[in-house]
Amino acid sequence: MKIKPLQIVAHIILIIGVLLMVLPIWISFASSTHENVSILTEGMRFTLGDQFSRNYNEVLNEKGGWSEEVTAAKMFVNSFIMALGIATLKVAISAMSAYALVYYRFKLAVPIFWLIFITLLVPLEVRIFPSYKIVSDLGLTNSYTGLILPLVASATATFFFRQFYKTIPDELLESAKLDGANAWSFFIDFLVPLSKTMIAAMFIFMFVYGYSQYLWPLIMTTAEEYWTVVMGMKIIYTESYEGVALPRTAERFAYIILSMIPPVLVVVFLQKWFIKGLIQTEK
Amino acid sequence: MSFLDLKNVTKIYPNGTKAVHETSLSVDEGEFMVFVGPSGCGKSTLLRMVAGLEDITEGDINLDGQLINEVDPSERDVAMVFQNYALYPHMNVYNNLAYGLKNRGIDKETIEQKVNDAAKLLQISDFLQRKPSMLSGGQRQRVAMGRAIVRNPKIFLFDEPLSNLDAKLRIQMRLEIKKLQQKVGVTSIFVTHDQVEAMTLADRLAVINNGIIEQLGTPIEIYNNPESLFVAGFIGSPQMNFLDANLNNKTLSAENFEIKNIDSDYNGEVTLGIRPEHLIESENGLINLKVELVEQLGSDNLVYGQIKNIKDFCYRSPGNQTIKRGDTLSLNIEENKYYIFDKSTGKRVN
Repeated sequence: MKIKPLQIVAHIILIIGVLLMVLPIWISFASSTHENVSILTEGMRFTLGDQFSRNYNEVLNEKGGWSEEVTAAKMFVNSFIMALGIATLKVAISAMSAYALVYYRFKLAVPIFWLIFITLLVPLEVRIFPSYKIVSDLGLTNSYTGLILPLVASATATFFFRQFYKTIPDELLESAKLDGANAWSFFIDFLVPLSKTMIAAMFIFMFVYGYSQYLWPLIMTTAEEYWTVVMGMKIIYTESYEGVALPRTAERFAYIILSMIPPVLVVVFLQKWFIKGLIQTEK
Repeated sequence: MSFLDLKNVTKIYPNGTKAVHETSLSVDEGEFMVFVGPSGCGKSTLLRMVAGLEDITEGDINLDGQLINEVDPSERDVAMVFQNYALYPHMNVYNNLAYGLKNRGIDKETIEQKVNDAAKLLQISDFLQRKPSMLSGGQRQRVAMGRAIVRNPKIFLFDEPLSNLDAKLRIQMRLEIKKLQQKVGVTSIFVTHDQVEAMTLADRLAVINNGIIEQLGTPIEIYNNPESLFVAGFIGSPQMNFLDANLNNKTLSAENFEIKNIDSDYNGEVTLGIRPEHLIESENGLINLKVELVEQLGSDNLVYGQIKNIKDFCYRSPGNQTIKRGDTLSLNIEENKYYIFDKSTGKRVN
């Protein structure tokens, strides 16, 4: 096969793109396997070092925080629970609200939809004080419920599900009705399986969204046992700067690498559906 | 009271459109009723009201002795075949057929048996594990029918189910539907805009126009005795020829011929209707047709021509005749095979 010059150029551009994406991760990983001293003296590393198991073991199991009570492992669990809760509830609630908006033809359906849509303009960061007030009045600070609940409504997902449901032909509903399906069984037997690729795509988006929350958990949690990974990145090794100890750069890199694993796993497992959900509909 | 009874059924849509006007109709048990009419005439609306997919604005619908106006579609025990089949795209054929039964809480073995029986009847047993997207048009059609049959409903409703098929398959499925209905014996209503389909399938035919049943009867009654200009023009292929004429003292005068001793007391402007197949060639005929176009169908020829100022007048001649463009034919009307309609109201007057 003859290779055209244009193809070579295209491939070079693509390779540059890949390197831009991959190199920072590789440098972080390579650096995380060295000793702190060598990073401090020689800068970031491109080659693997010999401190892999020591650094990662330390990161996962060392107790950190102000009162030295929380380990990174615990924070991973917290983040995972939070992201899972947010993603699951967001998808479920959005799918159901879109179902109501599309299939129950009440007069206010369109205004209500736009009202939901407008909330996109009011992210959590904007309404953080009222949200905190409500959650704290309900006594939900320092709990998983408090971490998850204020984030479970999603205008974006509602919008996507609504657009998808609108493309499902009316005859399908009518036919299902004549086959004896009620409102709930139509949702479960038809809309959910038909939109499973969409559900997977939304789940990934929402999982990453939940996982990367920073401000809300920071404000919400005073007890260290509810700290999340993204908070921990800032907090967990701060005390090390004080005194004579060296900055623990290698452990920080190890921590960063570990923190990327859960979202990556979710994407890897759901990516087949995720891509389908974005490029085609199974109808 | 008959099996299905529509009494003064009216449908007015929220935007004020009146789709169906005070329609009354009864269908006997086991009967194959066809609603035929041009698109937008209200025939589908009427069918959907029987199914429960449209609210009834006024009037009553009784099915099997029960008033079903307010009964939910899922409780009506009716099955419908849709124009685009509305198969469940994510379920295989087996589950498409079984879904309605599952919702009725029937046990698994019975479902399996019923589905297999229906599949055998429709010759779709080999496709039970396939998804609808892997089936051809005709196979999808069968699955849609199977979904209706398997539930053994009180009534089958067909909403133009053949219009998505190609011509050959349409004729084949038409036959199959008729055979199947005769075999299963379920009361059926079939909606179509195709008058050939209507004629071939129906035990009785309702010709609908502008939300009104124009005429109700067996296909042959309607063909032989159309009661209005609309029915005359709609039923029959090729279409009936229409000529303007005057009727006075039982004598009809058209542009260049007269017919005497007409059995009608009507006087005034009329429309004369003659079917292309009711013309015969004869010497000194009433009508002189100047041939412009001949369509040779093999068994027949369709001859289109001009009589004075009337264009596209059609005559169906036997296929063994050779007629050329430019010929002039002398045609007579078979005895009493003409229809006279009041020009203003469209009502039959002879």
